[in-house]
Amino acid sequence: MSNATRINRIKDRAFKYIGLFCTLFGIIVLAIFLIDILIKGIGRIDWAFLSSLPSRIPERAGILTAFVGTIWILILTAIIAIPIGISAGIYLEEYGKKSRMANLLEINISNLAGIPSIIYGLLGLEIFVRIMHLGNSLIAGALTLSLLILPIIIVATREAIKTVPKSIKEASFGMGATKWQTIRQITLPAAAGGILTGIILAISRAIGETAPLIVIGALAYVPFTPESPMDEFSVLPMQIFNWISRPQKGFAINAAAAIIILLAITFVMNGIAVYLRNRWQKKIRW
Amino acid sequence: MKTKEKVIEFGLGLSALITILTTVGILWVLLVEAFSFFGKVSIIDFLTDTQWTPLFDEKHFGILPLVAGTLLTTFIAVLFALPIGLTIAVYLNEYAYPGFRKTIKPILELLAAVPTVVYGFFALQVVTPFLQSFIPGLAGFNSLSAGLVMGIMIIPLISSLSEDALYAIPKSLKEASYGMGATRFQTAFKVMVPAATSGIVVSVILAISRAIGETMIVAIAAGQQPRLTANPLVPIETITTYIVQVSLGDVPQGSIEYQTIFAAGITLFIFTFTLNSVSYWIKKKFQEKYE
Repeated sequence: MSNATRINRIKDRAFKYIGLFCTLFGIIVLAIFLIDILIKGIGRIDWAFLSSLPSRIPERAGILTAFVGTIWILILTAIIAIPIGISAGIYLEEYGKKSRMANLLEINISNLAGIPSIIYGLLGLEIFVRIMHLGNSLIAGALTLSLLILPIIIVATREAIKTVPKSIKEASFGMGATKWQTIRQITLPAAAGGILTGIILAISRAIGETAPLIVIGALAYVPFTPESPMDEFSVLPMQIFNWISRPQKGFAINAAAAIIILLAITFVMNGIAVYLRNRWQKKIRW
Repeated sequence: MKTKEKVIEFGLGLSALITILTTVGILWVLLVEAFSFFGKVSIIDFLTDTQWTPLFDEKHFGILPLVAGTLLTTFIAVLFALPIGLTIAVYLNEYAYPGFRKTIKPILELLAAVPTVVYGFFALQVVTPFLQSFIPGLAGFNSLSAGLVMGIMIIPLISSLSEDALYAIPKSLKEASYGMGATRFQTAFKVMVPAATSGIVVSVILAISRAIGETMIVAIAAGQQPRLTANPLVPIETITTYIVQVSLGDVPQGSIEYQTIFAAGITLFIFTFTLNSVSYWIKKKFQEKYE
């Protein structure tokens, strides 16, 4: 074996280990972090923590209002964003395909997906909070977050519809079905798995967002649980941010405990999404 | 029947139109508020003054310190994430068993799903104290720690998109290289990576854009002191942090302080919009080269 070949083999082997190290690096960091959070926060989680109002004394403070706020935001955002997102996705994939308008829409959506979330906050502040006089309300927050996650739902819908083969759509047309009948009864059911995965990921993104809600004026301290979409609100990430910003050690522990709750929600939603994606990909073999 | 179909098509089209309205809304809001801001502050001062003190008595409106803070944290993040992300992409594509690749990718993507406020906590409570144990001059708030944690957040963005780009290269290229007696390492870096350059560049640009717009990590861990510096050890302030700082305070609508967040916002928008457009252009231009 020549010298050059030997060196190349060594390089090859070395990179194998470097690559493995880098791949595991991210996962190890994530693990260290999760363990750190668990050690700091798990002891703080009890019924009182889940059911108490915010307080200036860390040991008495709880996440009730923030948790209820997050549930409200989740439901309202889902109600607003899902139908609009799916409809827009269907339109782009099935109707306006080759027109210049469709081209414009496509460039626009790819651009929207890249706009920082805090800019959506500025949009929400001016349009929903000020001009539409919704104030710092749940509905203003949900509308802002809906606009933020629309691109994700639209792209997921389009990708899912793309995987439905032309042949079964044409079979449906051949049976005399109209375009909408075909979409509703053939295309959408076949694409449902992919669409659902996208929706869950999008909603999970929305409930983890902090920056746009700070800008539209979501509060860190809300002494009551919101009862209607017009009420002022806090959400878990806001509460966590508020606790992190305080110097007392007790609040850092509270923040860790609230992070455990938020991560549990996020990871469960992502887990469901990955599971659905795998199952959907396996099940459908046209 | 025909009418029903038309009505449905119209309704679906209307939903798609909301995305256009969102863009128009963003541009309109940023331009209107920034326009009144630039009625009071000269655009030359905004671009050249080296101090940003709109909340003080002696007001200066130079955006440079905020831009410097933003670019510094972004630079640290990308410098950290690029080699790791690219190595992961090559490793998963060239070396890893398909089963390993399939398991590891969703776990890596979990890194991108963690809410950013959580990363902020990580930066402030874990990474900064850790770095302080061997970097004596490191302040409690600094761009180094925020940048590194942001890097961890964008690793999956780079690795995932770059791996997709490598995966899209036709197998024949790889096999030709093996046939010539090349090792996997040579094949990866002399054949595959050059062939996937456009996709890799797109992933890096998107990562940069993401880092520039990232808010919570820097708002929590990098400080709130606008400062024109390249020193990663001291507190700084990014454009996004400034918007958060003002939003948390009680600033009356229509005041110059209120308008500064839109001036800051439009600066941020121009940065990310340019980067996103470039990446979109590259993607469209080079996409179908091998198909």
